[in-house]
Amino acid sequence: MSKDLRNPLARARGLGSAKEGVGHWMQQRITALALVFLTVWFVLVVLSLVHTDYATARATIARPWNAVLLVALIVTMFKHAVLGLQVVIEDYVHTRWLEVASLVAIKFIAVLAALSGVLAVLRIALGN
Amino acid sequence: MAQTGRPLSPHLQVYKWQVQMASSILHRATGIILAVGSLIIVWGLCALAAGADAFSSFSAFAGSLPGTVVMIGWTLAFFYHLANGIRHLVQDTGKGYAISSFVLSSWLSIAIAIVLTLLVWAYLLLGGHA
Repeated sequence: MSKDLRNPLARARGLGSAKEGVGHWMQQRITALALVFLTVWFVLVVLSLVHTDYATARATIARPWNAVLLVALIVTMFKHAVLGLQVVIEDYVHTRWLEVASLVAIKFIAVLAALSGVLAVLRIALGN
Repeated sequence: MAQTGRPLSPHLQVYKWQVQMASSILHRATGIILAVGSLIIVWGLCALAAGADAFSSFSAFAGSLPGTVVMIGWTLAFFYHLANGIRHLVQDTGKGYAISSFVLSSWLSIAIAIVLTLLVWAYLLLGGHA
């Protein structure tokens, strides 16, 4: 085929991909694999706590292994969420400034939420 | 968008409905729901850390009618994203792309999500008090 399918500007600049796609793809899969185990564990823990009282719930989360897995869950969950939401925004938001603003916003929210969650678990685990 | 004259692939409206359309978009929709739901998890943990009073207001939300609807919705979204996510991980290895198994695994993700949600909420609403 003789007709070049790139638009004129892209052809002029000679830009290719940013070479970051594989890393994004791989991170999404690795966090997904971790979350298969972490989330099922988390749901089982929550189910075991639903019909107990506050002190029991707090003591359960405070156990070292539970606290460690919970921190791992929080960090992995928000990483995975940002990777996924990023792709959704890139696919559907076609107004450039809104796209960039949304991408930055989800990262800010995810980092703040993850830090809050981790701090909460540490407070429970360390007992104050 | 730039006018490039590139050929466009046919879009959804020219196709007959098939289950893969649902399983695909549901994965994104449930992903978005779970991303919002993760904020509720953080809320619960912060309440648990803050003390019994703060936690009781979280429990009151979770136990209320709107709270229960949200929790059931979260459960359904979670089990769907889990089942279909595992399906995608399997497909990433190159397996399951024959049309028959692709359709079957789509239905399987949906069915597993509904069954597990029913089991969990049957346990919570009926069996858990025993």
